[in-house]
Amino acid sequence: MRSAFISARFLALILAGLAMLCGVAPAARAAETLTIYTYESFVADWGPGPKIKAAFEAECGCSIEWVAVADGVALLNRLKLEGRGTRADIVLGLDNNLVAEARGTGLFAPHGVDTTRLSLPMSWTDPLFLPFDYAHFAVIYDSERLKDPPKSLHDLVEGDATEKIILEDPRTSTPGLGFLLWMKAVFHDEAGAAWTKLGRRVLTVTPGWSEAYGLFTKGEAPMVLSYITSPAYHEIEEKSERYKAALFEEGHYIQIEVAGLVAGTAHEVLARRFLSFMTGPGFQDQIPTGNWMFPAGRVSSAMPAAFGSVGAPGRTFIFDPEIVAAKRQEWTAEWLDAVTR
Amino acid sequence: MARRRDALRSLGLAAALTVVAGTIGVALLALTLRSLDQAAGGASLGLGSPYLWRVIGFTLLQAGLSTALAVALGVPVALALARRPAFPGRSALLALFAVPLALPALVAVLGIVVVFGANGWLGRLAAALGLGPPPSIYGLSGILIAHVFFNLPLVARLALAELERIPGESWRLAAELGLTRLGVLRFIEGPVLVAVLPGIAGLVAMLCVASFTVVLTLGGGPRATTVEVAVYQALRFDFAPALAVRLALAQIAICAVLVALLGRLATPEAVGWGPGRRIMRLDGRGRAGLIGDHLVIWLAAAFVLLPLLSVVTAGLGAPIGRLVADPEFLRALATSLLVAVSAGLLSLAIAWPILEVRARLGARRDGRQAARRLLEQVLSLSIVVPPVVVRAGWFVLLLPLGDPARFAPAIVVALNAIMALPFVARVLGPALEAHLNRHDRLAASLGIEGLDRLRLVDWPVLRRPVLLALVMAGLVSLGDLGAIALFGSDRLTTLPFLLYQRMGSYRTNDAAGIALLLLAAALAITLLSGQLGRERRR
Repeated sequence: MRSAFISARFLALILAGLAMLCGVAPAARAAETLTIYTYESFVADWGPGPKIKAAFEAECGCSIEWVAVADGVALLNRLKLEGRGTRADIVLGLDNNLVAEARGTGLFAPHGVDTTRLSLPMSWTDPLFLPFDYAHFAVIYDSERLKDPPKSLHDLVEGDATEKIILEDPRTSTPGLGFLLWMKAVFHDEAGAAWTKLGRRVLTVTPGWSEAYGLFTKGEAPMVLSYITSPAYHEIEEKSERYKAALFEEGHYIQIEVAGLVAGTAHEVLARRFLSFMTGPGFQDQIPTGNWMFPAGRVSSAMPAAFGSVGAPGRTFIFDPEIVAAKRQEWTAEWLDAVTR
Repeated sequence: MARRRDALRSLGLAAALTVVAGTIGVALLALTLRSLDQAAGGASLGLGSPYLWRVIGFTLLQAGLSTALAVALGVPVALALARRPAFPGRSALLALFAVPLALPALVAVLGIVVVFGANGWLGRLAAALGLGPPPSIYGLSGILIAHVFFNLPLVARLALAELERIPGESWRLAAELGLTRLGVLRFIEGPVLVAVLPGIAGLVAMLCVASFTVVLTLGGGPRATTVEVAVYQALRFDFAPALAVRLALAQIAICAVLVALLGRLATPEAVGWGPGRRIMRLDGRGRAGLIGDHLVIWLAAAFVLLPLLSVVTAGLGAPIGRLVADPEFLRALATSLLVAVSAGLLSLAIAWPILEVRARLGARRDGRQAARRLLEQVLSLSIVVPPVVVRAGWFVLLLPLGDPARFAPAIVVALNAIMALPFVARVLGPALEAHLNRHDRLAASLGIEGLDRLRLVDWPVLRRPVLLALVMAGLVSLGDLGAIALFGSDRLTTLPFLLYQRMGSYRTNDAAGIALLLLAAALAITLLSGQLGRERRR
């Protein structure tokens, strides 16, 4: 009987714990609250979110509530599901390849910020989506194992089949889709043939960036598809210059992360103020070593040297978002056909 | 009295089935009715497209081969362990065999490549010995290695639990009759295995069908794509929820056929044993048998433990002290344990009425087999319902009630409990059935009922299988990522979530440390339950 009593108490404890997990709404706030939808790593302890929140709250006398989802694609999907009923005032963390579909939801209003002051490798004139950071995709290699890294995408495709690369799947991952578009931008109609050739060098194709980069740092292959900014992380946080980005002659495909203002928000003035804040140092200073991307606005001090070590791509590739939206499925099918043949 | 008992039993069954069907069905329905699919969405994924057929074909191929291998390799290990109750380190090995259940797929994959991969321990050993590089594991072989790593220990443990319930009388008889090894296999071990292996194989097959990260990461390229990948694809870039539901239903239907086929192989009559007294094995005393058994056990142990060891060595390089002191880690640990315990208990609560009714149906010979098979399907299939779809469905459903993240804990616990049902069924099912066959009428005729019956008749016999079922369900839940929050955040930070989050922000070292701590937690749970489950000496 005693044991039955104990397990009843145990059960009660668990139920109490569950109730706590379910949580009660946080205590009422006096100040105006800006609700920003973003992705998880942006608001992680080490991400830029916490400091940006503190900086903006200090100057606006308001408070920011982050609502974080897995990543940019999840962000868009959540908006599609919520539709007009969304609680978001601002959506922060979509990227250039998702812009057309985001526009299609009809949920966004013009941001009204002057985009000529942005520092991007190309011009950006979209009236709805305002860039906050960017980075080119790049092949990262292990300099201890690869003495002669590829110098171009053609090099990569033609090169030694015993030196492998780990790629991400364009059906499930953002860098995977980025590389698919990069191949298309460089090889055009020959992309299928190039994929077939590249197939010899591909160790495996992972569902996401984490799996690919994890395998790479375990030494499974000397190359991985990542961002041109990846070496800066290792240099600054781990004091290691082992992993380097390979600069390709043809140029690199870019990822630009953007934010948008939700149309009809009750906090429009505050939201506009945040978007304008987003292009200045209070926000942008946190981007390089918080989000490991290049700032798209003004920063107050020079970029850490590690970000410049590889140099800037000679040419930036970017497809019009409408073209990406229209062609993604066709190009994915082309890739699938070429690599499973 | 009897009528009231029957009514209670029916009520319990109805409640259990409602929870399972409700949690899954309502979610699928909600997602379908939302029908937000874009016109272009998932054209290549449509049911009946050649792409989908290729994907289904590959799913069945890898699942079939993985299952065959896991069973073929796991059964000899179970037989050897059953013959060697005094094998040094046996209980520690069995505890370690439960750990892969709690490992998130990514951790296991990295552990496996460190041992078997291009730059792995085996490769370096081969190089040091002057042998050539080992064959690449990326492709079908890598998928099979990973699935055997996950499932060989599972098969071994489940089969061993059944073999250990063979009563001592059988072994004495075998010795008196001078049965050879083949004779023992044929007359004693064989019938037990034939009775339970279809169920165990079914569980392994379902786990392999639902495999996602392992298949894509080790598969070497998109030739290795499972239906689960297609579901994820449909929900993500293509954003076609209704299509995702259809793909999920296709997966469930295919698995239902598999379960039905396997069910025909099972022989419920053979499950008639109860736990005997402490058993004494008199067979396998010869030197050849001894060496053979040790070899089998050691090989299996090496295969499973080396990747675990690599997780440990990677984790030891992490700043464990800082991780453990991090309040976020402590919160995640508490959340994970709480979710695991709740899911385990809920799973048990759902499984029990279903298993009990199924057992009673099995005892009759009046054509109740159809109902029995249906319950078997419920217990088997819950694991192949893609959790991302169910989560998405509940998100849509709860959206009008405010931030759906508030309900995340309840949904995660319910989903984990349902996902763990097949494990509970495999562990508890045969034991419960044997127990009822043996003691039910006796208890009834003695008029022992209610709590007394639970305390005096059921609990002493079923304590071990109940604990084992609880542990397995808890471990499965502990390692679950909580069905990646595709649409909504959780605020439900569990250990696997924390691990993936660090992994996704270059913090591989922290992730390795968390993996080690997760492994340690799983081991601690298993060892603790082993202590609790040990029979009291009299």
